Amino acid sequence: MKKICFLTIGVFLFSFSFAQNTETKTRTIPSVDVQTIDGAAFNTSKISNDGKPIIISFWATWCKPCVKELTSIAEVYEDWQKETGVKLIAVSIDDARTSASVKPFVLGKGWSYDVLLDMNGNFKRALNVNLVPSTFLVNGKGEIVWQHTSFAEGGELELIKLVKKVIAGEAITE
Amino acid sequence: MYIHRRTGILILLICFVPAFVFAQNLINLGEIHGNFQLDAQYYNADSTIGAPAVPEKILSNGFLNLIYTKGNFSAGLRYENYLNVMQGFDPRYKGNGIPYRYASYTQEGMEVTVGSFYEQFGDNGIILRSYEERSLGFDNALDGVKLKYNPCPGITLKALIADQRFFFDKAGLVRGADGEFSINDIFSKCMSKYKTRFTIGGSVVSKYQKDQDPIYKLPENVAAFAGRAKVSRPKFDIRTEYAYKVNDPSAINNFIYKPGEALIVNASVYPKKGMSIMLEGKRIDNMNFRSDRTATGNALIINYLPAMTKQHIYSLAAMYPYASQPNGEMSYQGTIRYKIKKETMLGGKYGTDVALNYSCSNSIDKKQINDSTAIQQTGTLGYKSDFFKIGNEKYFEDLNLEVGHKFSKTLKTNFMFANMIYNKAVIEGHIGTSTVYANVGVADITYMIQDEKSIRFELQHLYTKQDEGSWAMGLVEYTTPKWFCAALDMYDYGNEVSSKQIHYYSVMIGVTKNANRIAISYGKQREGILCVGGVCRQVPASNGIQINITSSF
Repeated sequence: MKKICFLTIGVFLFSFSFAQNTETKTRTIPSVDVQTIDGAAFNTSKISNDGKPIIISFWATWCKPCVKELTSIAEVYEDWQKETGVKLIAVSIDDARTSASVKPFVLGKGWSYDVLLDMNGNFKRALNVNLVPSTFLVNGKGEIVWQHTSFAEGGELELIKLVKKVIAGEAITE
Repeated sequence: MYIHRRTGILILLICFVPAFVFAQNLINLGEIHGNFQLDAQYYNADSTIGAPAVPEKILSNGFLNLIYTKGNFSAGLRYENYLNVMQGFDPRYKGNGIPYRYASYTQEGMEVTVGSFYEQFGDNGIILRSYEERSLGFDNALDGVKLKYNPCPGITLKALIADQRFFFDKAGLVRGADGEFSINDIFSKCMSKYKTRFTIGGSVVSKYQKDQDPIYKLPENVAAFAGRAKVSRPKFDIRTEYAYKVNDPSAINNFIYKPGEALIVNASVYPKKGMSIMLEGKRIDNMNFRSDRTATGNALIINYLPAMTKQHIYSLAAMYPYASQPNGEMSYQGTIRYKIKKETMLGGKYGTDVALNYSCSNSIDKKQINDSTAIQQTGTLGYKSDFFKIGNEKYFEDLNLEVGHKFSKTLKTNFMFANMIYNKAVIEGHIGTSTVYANVGVADITYMIQDEKSIRFELQHLYTKQDEGSWAMGLVEYTTPKWFCAALDMYDYGNEVSSKQIHYYSVMIGVTKNANRIAISYGKQREGILCVGGVCRQVPASNGIQINITSSF
């Protein structure tokens, strides 16, 4: 009888370890319908950057730290793109009240990001975003390798370090 | 211990089965992700600010979302707990459970969702918008079946039938359909070179509620219709939506039989890089739309009427926020944004951002339908209204200027000035209170100590002779990528009642690690209105320790 017990436990452990080995550790971008800044329908599964990394940043026109983050990055974005080819996609969660002001806001700021409108928070919910700003780093294979909530001044320096790590193929352990 | 041989074999089999199942799914087991939020507060009674004693001492609201996805399939649920409901949230939330769960899949352009879902028709949600705003305790999730179908590029059709979340229960019956047609995508062969994009759409939503009124014959099925059009060019955008609702006597409109109407127009131009001008206008007439005609507050709302005012973020400027008036309002807003270029006198080394905004909301014109009927009298057509005439009563006005300038790599500033008129009697429903005329000034200064460490100062002042009088506020915040701390004091020094000249101080500290955040604060919070995304809730005065935890994986 003892043998059966041992065997049972053994099989249990085996099946669990098997489960762990086969579990895909990667996380991909969910497929959700949003709008481009020009009002065209866009599905988020089409987000891509020719095998180069992508930063997805959730923001809103009424969110001061978000605007700070995107303003800070805007100053160095040209350099970042030349150096690393990274693309930033700014996903606005502005709802019906302020969504019409997103394009005027972005163009008024002179930002050159790709901007998506997630008016009813569908993309935000699909990525389990609690608070804005929330930033995701996606590698060249379309896998989410890092996520972060909130912005502190200078946070963009940390972000570009991570982008370079992703390009070098290093694992992000933070 | 004795286990029968057959039982042993059975156990073995049970254990092997999952191993085989796992083996079969070697390639993809799907993904599970989620998030968690917990807000809890320990309450002290404080008679000076009017914070009542809380018998439970500690109250908390908590949420856990889980989403499972595998290929085209996804399923999710949300556990919520209100043990007991925190002050300022609707006490009807009390309890815990899983009010939100769904399953959804997409196949050949058809998306099927059953269970709970959120949806918005059109860019305004003018006749249907279900959404969640946790910080306000707002959740009008629909629960039923939703179909979304893209028969070809450029066409999106939606249909739904559902009841509505009512705290931990359900109520109402809502049916709706929406179609959106992107002309450029439909005729992509001949329009691919067009820089102008045309989009049109239309929707219909109907609700059912049994008539049990002993006096009036009330409509059991109430339908609303909306049509919209959008033209978008690289330097110009215009979008408009019109909605009509058949007669819908309700507690909010004092049970009048007048149909409802709403019109929203937004237009923007972008004359050059770093400059934009936006103009908006709207008229709302009797557009309260709920799945229960007796519901009030934030319960069982079907549609969304966006407020057309700047959403202020600085505390004192946000002290008098506007909320849309479903029974009637005419609003307009204009915003000019300009980025003064780098290396100019006003632009300095990094450029200067300037935003000038003006918004105004008035009543709509309302005239008696005849001499013997009062305006908005129950059981009548209510009133007559000239569509283009702006009413005499001012609800809200706000003229504000915001200037952001970076002086150097280490010094960033933002200044804001606002002049506001706030009709407290209408917006908050406190009949007889006087309109508030306020001037607000804000200076927000950030100084970088090192690359990733900064200290921020906020100085705010609100001047008014009405309501609680003038306020001053100061805030200091120290932030690093890993943690932050802040201290603030809001001082009601201008209150006419000297015993109410109170300091509302609080301190907070928090840590952030990737997608986890924990913040603890201690202090006094003033009674007021908290508005996020156009919906507001009354927050009571409180004194105590609050903890907020958010996490996502």
